[in-house]
Amino acid sequence: MTRPVEPTPSAVPGIDPRGPRVAAGITALLLAVVILLWTSTAALVLLAVVAASFAVGAVGGAQRTWQAWVYRVLVLPRLGPTDEREDPAPPRFAQLVGFVITAAGVVLGLLGVAGAVPVAAALALVAAVLNAAFGLCLGCEAYLLVRRLRAGGAHPA
Amino acid sequence: MSPQTLVPAAVLVVVLAATVVLGVWWQRRQGVVRTGARRAGGARVPGGSADDARPAVDWAARGVELGPRRTFVQFSAQVCAPCRATARVLAEVSGAEDGVSHRELDVDDHLDLVLAFGILRTPTVVVLDADGRETARASGAMTRSQALAALAVASPAPAPST
Repeated sequence: MTRPVEPTPSAVPGIDPRGPRVAAGITALLLAVVILLWTSTAALVLLAVVAASFAVGAVGGAQRTWQAWVYRVLVLPRLGPTDEREDPAPPRFAQLVGFVITAAGVVLGLLGVAGAVPVAAALALVAAVLNAAFGLCLGCEAYLLVRRLRAGGAHPA
Repeated sequence: MSPQTLVPAAVLVVVLAATVVLGVWWQRRQGVVRTGARRAGGARVPGGSADDARPAVDWAARGVELGPRRTFVQFSAQVCAPCRATARVLAEVSGAEDGVSHRELDVDDHLDLVLAFGILRTPTVVVLDADGRETARASGAMTRSQALAALAVASPAPAPST
């Protein structure tokens, strides 16, 4: 016999969980190109573009990036709508993590640190592929874990 | 192909291969049914019961009516797509199997249980026997076969009476 407890309606508007994954796929493609461009100026510029996209996502949420826009315009009409939603806060934090990694690569690359650009791109690429291909959003998991641990600290057993 | 293009291409292939291995490994862990003894801190204690270190839980007071055979207690978050999918699977399995009930608990409403059970992510499903003792658990989205495997885990030996 099933008697599930109905969760109370969330005050946070949920986002389509497929959006961030498709966006991560687009980002992964760009990061792969950055690696192929290795330590050239073009690689640095492209990494800076990716970092700027992450910055927009970190401020406005993963659903506000241009990659998410591409998802809504090109992919969503083909997939059809879903009534599944996810909390936008964890993906937004994941964008911040992506920004930190790629911005560090850009800054270090500008300072002349050899290999900074491909290394940063590789790290971000791992996270992007895990998200796009397997649905594992590392930044999201870190955010949720920290949130749960902090709540645990505030409510001693 | 010149060395200029070979090295970056090779690095890209290695990174992608490593990522796929990681991703497949993670994916295989989802919904995997785990049994065995744990201390409250998470260390494995052979021969012990999962409930030894945990104070007795008054399930009825939390609105969880224990099924005569097994109960799926699903810890979920409000906005969590895998939780909804797992709830659908468990609703179907508990409906089809005799004596099995399913109850979803919001982690924000039951923080003390989250701490006592060491719940780190949602969904986490804890399987209880008729006496409310934990037989198995799984975190991440569960499939129907994983749910059925979780039901098949035997009850722990009763704690020795003092």
